[in-house]
Amino acid sequence: MKELIQKLCEIPGPSGHENAIRETIMKEVAPHADSMEVDALGNLIVRKGKKGKDGMRILMSAHMDELGIIVTHVDKKGFVRFTTIGGVFIRYLAGSRVLFLNGVRGAINHEPAEEPGKVPPIEDFFIDVGASSPADCPVKVGDLAVFERPFIDNGDRFISKALDDRASCAVLIEALRQVKQSPNELVFLFSVQEEVGVRGAITASYSVDPDLGIAIDVTGTGDTPGNEKMEVALGNGAAIKIRDQGMLCDPKVVRWMRTTAEKAGIRHQMEILRGGTTDAYQIQVNRAGVPTGAISIPCRYIHSPSEMADIRDLENSVQLLVALISEPVYLK
Amino acid sequence: MSPRTSSPTSLPKIGPAQIALLERLSNAISVSGDEREVREIVIKEVKPHADDLSVDAMGNVLVICKSTARNPLRVMLDAHMDEVGFMITEDDGDGLYSFEVIGGVDERQLPGKPVLVGKERLPGVIGAKPIHLAEKGELHSPISISSLRVDLGPAGAGKVSPGEWGTFATRFQRAGASLMGKALDDRLGVATLIELVKHHPENIELAAAFTVQEELGLRGAKIAATTLHPDLAFAIDSTPAFDLPSAAKKENTVYNCKLDGGPAIYLADAGTISDPRLIRFLEATAAKFGIPYQFRQPGGGGTDAGAIHKVLSGIPTVSISIPGRYAHSAVLMSRISDWQNTLQLVYAALQDLTPEILASVRK
Repeated sequence: MKELIQKLCEIPGPSGHENAIRETIMKEVAPHADSMEVDALGNLIVRKGKKGKDGMRILMSAHMDELGIIVTHVDKKGFVRFTTIGGVFIRYLAGSRVLFLNGVRGAINHEPAEEPGKVPPIEDFFIDVGASSPADCPVKVGDLAVFERPFIDNGDRFISKALDDRASCAVLIEALRQVKQSPNELVFLFSVQEEVGVRGAITASYSVDPDLGIAIDVTGTGDTPGNEKMEVALGNGAAIKIRDQGMLCDPKVVRWMRTTAEKAGIRHQMEILRGGTTDAYQIQVNRAGVPTGAISIPCRYIHSPSEMADIRDLENSVQLLVALISEPVYLK
Repeated sequence: MSPRTSSPTSLPKIGPAQIALLERLSNAISVSGDEREVREIVIKEVKPHADDLSVDAMGNVLVICKSTARNPLRVMLDAHMDEVGFMITEDDGDGLYSFEVIGGVDERQLPGKPVLVGKERLPGVIGAKPIHLAEKGELHSPISISSLRVDLGPAGAGKVSPGEWGTFATRFQRAGASLMGKALDDRLGVATLIELVKHHPENIELAAAFTVQEELGLRGAKIAATTLHPDLAFAIDSTPAFDLPSAAKKENTVYNCKLDGGPAIYLADAGTISDPRLIRFLEATAAKFGIPYQFRQPGGGGTDAGAIHKVLSGIPTVSISIPGRYAHSAVLMSRISDWQNTLQLVYAALQDLTPEILASVRK
């Protein structure tokens, strides 16, 4: 599974431009899917199985897109001005390296700060691709790039960019591979544009029209120095979401997830996230409303180019998801 | 099917009739939530050219122009009728009224501006303490809205009620190649859309939406797009040009777009990442017809596209804006050439559109 995660993380796919990661995922899921479709916004909707007696149409969603930057201007000296795509932290920018979708690479830095030690505004940052004028600059206004860092494998724990949310894409792919039989109609959504406002999940959940929704996404942890305000810890298992900034999970769904995990002896923890949300936020309010919950992958340093996760948490998440979707669902 | 081609000479133009219509649209008062005056002009202009025309529950004007083709693309064109302004909140007596802004009005722009208020369009001014009496500190900070009043004088005492709308009293002017007026955001788009209904290419089914409440958060467009359920959509709006020399004598790298640069095609804003298929198509169309264009700098802001692309199962959407300086103030300045090039680019794109544009997935 780690190889799959690394493969998925290394493919550039900033919000709105997810075609490369989508094509990779399509190759992974094709042997296990009954059907695949790509909607108007680029969401990949993968179906398996039919809704039998006591079955539900279950929508499971992980987003394919990642943070990035987009070029706003190439200045007279060939420095590339840009703005962010998604919730990029400005303080992580200086010294970062980016990979443009056309293959060009560059380094980010900024004009001297007005006050030393203070992070300058985004307008003062630039990417140096080695050009000296707009004419010899290999990128132009509108070109997109993602952050580039090598994948680090430290055993159970690994570090990469874009674990948010490629780790969850890997969980969905693994669950699709492992699920043997189900009374449920299973719809695996690899969504677009989550990082810019949970947009893909809006249109995909409209067209899928599910009976039940589950988002898979990363969540923060409270196990790093000076950060004890959150219960979730790396390596403590799949995190069952209770609430986040965007939604309250359906309590029936939370109970169903929790009892399923307890019965099957799957390591899990409960999650309350203060900032941020997931595709579940939009699935829940789709059409006339959908009972919705989320399984979260504990992840440190989210939205930095060096996010860290634990393979055991991902395996527990796959086990939990497979256990949930393999049996008839009774919410109570 | 190969695309029909057309020489640039057959593209619609902006002449005295179009400018006269824009003048009427600019001078009309239609603050978000009260779009009646512009709506009446729109209906009168487009009705003879529409196969179907309706006004929906929120006040959007929806127009269908049928195609002569079999299974044509249904293309939504959007322009919003509403403008920023203010709403009276309290009658303070003697013709003085408290107010709140409607939409993204720059509060620093308010003091000293002539306004028109209420159903009778009563003239007044937004008053502020004159410089003679202002204390040193006051000159360096914006004046809060709560300390400003709309002053209609004794003639206006008791004549308007809380809940009535008002806006700047600016009258439209032309100065050579430039157009100046209030509410050119988005009356330029409305005027463009009226021209496109009048000259709609028959290879597509045109679904035109003149929308309400864009300035309050794209509220009308969401409903309009759901009703129209198009195959793809173009939002036509006005976008700020801040192409002035930088005060620090540094290169201006945050101009958004430039006057005389042609239609501003959106790549990404706060609400939408434009469909790359439509961006490429617009670029190719502009090149084919020799129409100048520019990319609006990716960044904040947004248009009705932000609502349209997320309705139903998703709608491929792109925005095209006419550049204008000093947006959301009492006067916006645009160029006739940018307006004509926008009209021509959208027209040329429509007549070259074929279903093949959506044949491959978004990438």
